[in-house]
Amino acid sequence: MKPLPRKTNASALGRGWQKWLGISWISGVYAFLYIPLITLIILSFNSSRFATNWKGFTWKWYEKLAGNQLLLDAFFNSMLVAVASSIIATIIGTLGAFAVYRYRFAGRRLFFALIHSVMMSPDIVMGISLLMLFVLIGLDPGFTTLLLAHVTFSLPFVIVTVHARIQGFDPMMVDAARDLGAGEFEIFRRVILPLIFPAVLAGWLLSFTLSLDDVIISFFVTGPGFEILPLKIYSMVRLGVKPEVNALCTVLFLLTLVAVMTAHFLTKEKKK
Amino acid sequence: MGESNLLKQTSIGLNMAWIFGFVLLPSLLVVAASFMERDPVHFVKQAFTLFHYRELMDPVNLKIFWNSLSYSSVTTLITLIIGYPFAWYLTRFGKSKRALLLMMVIIPFWTSSLIRVYALMTLMKANGVINFMLIKIGLIDRPIQILYTDFAIYTGLVYSLLPFMVLPLYTVLEKMDMRLLEAARDLGAKNLQIFWRVILPLSLPGIAAGCIMVFLPAMGLFFIPDLLGGGKSLLVGNFIKNQFLTAGNWPFGSAASVMLLALMMALMGIYLMVMNRFNQSGSART
Repeated sequence: MKPLPRKTNASALGRGWQKWLGISWISGVYAFLYIPLITLIILSFNSSRFATNWKGFTWKWYEKLAGNQLLLDAFFNSMLVAVASSIIATIIGTLGAFAVYRYRFAGRRLFFALIHSVMMSPDIVMGISLLMLFVLIGLDPGFTTLLLAHVTFSLPFVIVTVHARIQGFDPMMVDAARDLGAGEFEIFRRVILPLIFPAVLAGWLLSFTLSLDDVIISFFVTGPGFEILPLKIYSMVRLGVKPEVNALCTVLFLLTLVAVMTAHFLTKEKKK
Repeated sequence: MGESNLLKQTSIGLNMAWIFGFVLLPSLLVVAASFMERDPVHFVKQAFTLFHYRELMDPVNLKIFWNSLSYSSVTTLITLIIGYPFAWYLTRFGKSKRALLLMMVIIPFWTSSLIRVYALMTLMKANGVINFMLIKIGLIDRPIQILYTDFAIYTGLVYSLLPFMVLPLYTVLEKMDMRLLEAARDLGAKNLQIFWRVILPLSLPGIAAGCIMVFLPAMGLFFIPDLLGGGKSLLVGNFIKNQFLTAGNWPFGSAASVMLLALMMALMGIYLMVMNRFNQSGSART
């Protein structure tokens, strides 16, 4: 079934009141989604401590952030975990997507079911189950446990993102490469990898974002000696709203924004 | 062909080992712990007991589950009611506009829900923006309590999870063959009939996927009642967290998690059934 070409203007929304209902519904939802975030960003530049009192533009909350060694340490730790875990998840996940595409092996269905259940299951279950595992094998909570946990929850997203891309291309190309004498490793490196590279990059960016933003799973597997940003924010926010936190959240939001938009454009072209 | 085998073994082996070692094995540990006795030093003692499940059936604890279920269900329903028309209208836009609008749903989808919940807090607090606006336009003359109410918790849950409902809905609605709607119209169907008999059944997989993606996480987002509800422990997520980190009762917390896992499996079972029937009826008719 091939969809018909759509009308390419907003009049496809309908006529008269229907059109207005559509437009106001859409605008309402976007307002709901974005007004809080935009307010947060604006407030992070407000020189008054109080939300309702605009006293002019300032960078002082950002300067305060830059001078807060505890927060900087947490930021550095978060970046370390995010970079390391996203690279590991991307390497393993890309190989995983390739394996699922290329080979039939025992446990493949279970593997796929587990991947999907990871993406659907409540974070808290993964949090406590990993906590138990780490206690059982005697791993001290800190960088290593966070790294392992973050790779685990990012991995399925990489596999799914890359797999979607791999499925999209012509299997004849692999056959052609084989006929021309390429070995399995060469097929992967010279044929498949260049084709899926945008999806690999997108998977990496998404893992990076997931890792940087995770609260619930990290909450269970981190230790007191290794503070990361989202948990630091959580404990600060519990004590109330502060302008520095506005600035901090703005920085994190902008990081996510850039990563997600880049990832989106990398995966988009496959649909043509 | 040693090199080829090496790639195959590594790619399969690494992934299977990781997923089995860090997903399946830990989940089994949780199940096992839920049947064991509590131990003040080693957290669990290797002795079989059904005590924690019996304890869960205690009306006080059952109430927590029940509360959490109702928070999740209401949240799912609200996101569906808001998200369905939204996703539908989204598909009605031209291609380039649609890409931009979709991007604007994807951004909050990936943004930390902690940051987004915090943003809501700045709006909702007593001297926050909403109260300020309401006073300014004269609807109220002193700040009303918004933060730390049920309304705040629901808003937080809906706000966090709405993109998870919209994206699967959008995916199915976007793929829908518009000729079917025209055919229905040509055969004399009214708008409402087209919706009930054509659009709704065809979008069932998206509805099912969206509901699962909202319902399950809504049970676990413990920081939402914590921050927006003023430290209230309302969700199963709060309960599990408290058992693990405050009460130190791992088996009890595990038993509650097993209930969550069971619920997840049941929902996924229903989802697969819906998909199966959907695919069958699709192939039978075409």
